[in-house]
Amino acid sequence: MQFRDHRVVGEILELSERYRDEGADELVFYDITASPQGRSVDRSWISRVAAVLDIPFCVAGGIRSVADAEAILNAGAEKISVNSPALADPALIDRLAARFGSQCVVVGIDSQSTAEGYRVYQFTGDPDRSRDSGRDTLLWAREVQERGAGEIVLNCMASDGVRRGYDIEQLLAVRAGCTVPLVASGGAGAPEHFAALFERRAADAALAASVFHSGQIAIPDLKQYLRDRNIEVRL
Amino acid sequence: MADVVVIDSGGANIASLLFAMQRLGARAEVSVDPARIRAASHVLLPGVGAAHDTMERLNGNGLAAIIPTLTQPLLGICLGMQLLFSSSAEAAGGSTETPGLGIVPGRVERLRASPDQPVPHMGWNQCERLHQDPLFDGITPAAYFYFVHSYAAPVSGATLATCDYGGRFTAAVRYNNFRGVQFHPERSAGAGARLLANFIALTE
Repeated sequence: MQFRDHRVVGEILELSERYRDEGADELVFYDITASPQGRSVDRSWISRVAAVLDIPFCVAGGIRSVADAEAILNAGAEKISVNSPALADPALIDRLAARFGSQCVVVGIDSQSTAEGYRVYQFTGDPDRSRDSGRDTLLWAREVQERGAGEIVLNCMASDGVRRGYDIEQLLAVRAGCTVPLVASGGAGAPEHFAALFERRAADAALAASVFHSGQIAIPDLKQYLRDRNIEVRL
Repeated sequence: MADVVVIDSGGANIASLLFAMQRLGARAEVSVDPARIRAASHVLLPGVGAAHDTMERLNGNGLAAIIPTLTQPLLGICLGMQLLFSSSAEAAGGSTETPGLGIVPGRVERLRASPDQPVPHMGWNQCERLHQDPLFDGITPAAYFYFVHSYAAPVSGATLATCDYGGRFTAAVRYNNFRGVQFHPERSAGAGARLLANFIALTE
């Protein structure tokens, strides 16, 4: 779920409880304002979320140091996810993995298909600052694993928000070089999109936001749909 | 009422474990004090991070010698379960093995990655029960538990339940009053909550 600072904690807790009760397997909280503006944020909501959630959750946004990560993990999150700060300082991944173990360290990659191939974008939370980071997606995915990332969330930007399905070709290309779990993000618009993703083994897990927030897809219905297609899910 | 002590092993899942205890209405406190730990009715040994770092901490504060002598029910979680074993292949650079607490025989090995089995193993899996234990009372065999790990313990006579991830490993273990689970019950929804409730209800 994405939120900005002004969204009150009550709303975050309410959404957390709703998704917990609907059978979400994991929640990811994106503080999308944290990175582009280079400021620190109030993280007191994390322990309140940790108190009500009995499923794993990950916090993303504005984590630039081992100390930032430690505060979040000590508040009760399972994982932290880094994106733009890792592009600016790739050794951050090494330091996080050495301190907390790879299983805590998720690297988010915002990627776009261009004439030069798949390229990593940065500062994507702010349309005015979003730009090509100068990195090739497949090489960056390999590098973050070598540095100790325990999971990669690949957000295929062209698909994001348009609900026409996950970018399966791009995910397959990245997954071919992955020995850690790959989570697909961007493009989910219908239950068929989730089924196609898993049937083609393009990712280990699927992330979606808008279709769940809007109520367009109910998680229990989606899980039943997948199970009916012999895709193993927790019901 | 249970008087639960969570051993401060330095890992990052202590907060989520305390919140899980709170949701069960149980009193739980974090400690490294041997006298406090001995006085507890139930002891939780959590662990997230590397085996050698955590053993170094437990050796440093003397708890590595105390834990095997405890007589009340103890539950190791994730790395906390792996540390109950003789040794682990997860070791600091320059060494091949980390000695564990030596309560359960066996050596913890690294999971082998394959295209359909990325490592770390992260996700919800079912377990196969090999032996009855009150830890699993009221939990359907179809229940899913949440796993996050790169190392796993071998299946042995002490194994209560196994999980399959490119091969069977120990998902739950029991040796006298010492129990351990590889998954995270504090993040395994209703099934995990029930398992923790079962643990703090143990009276042996």
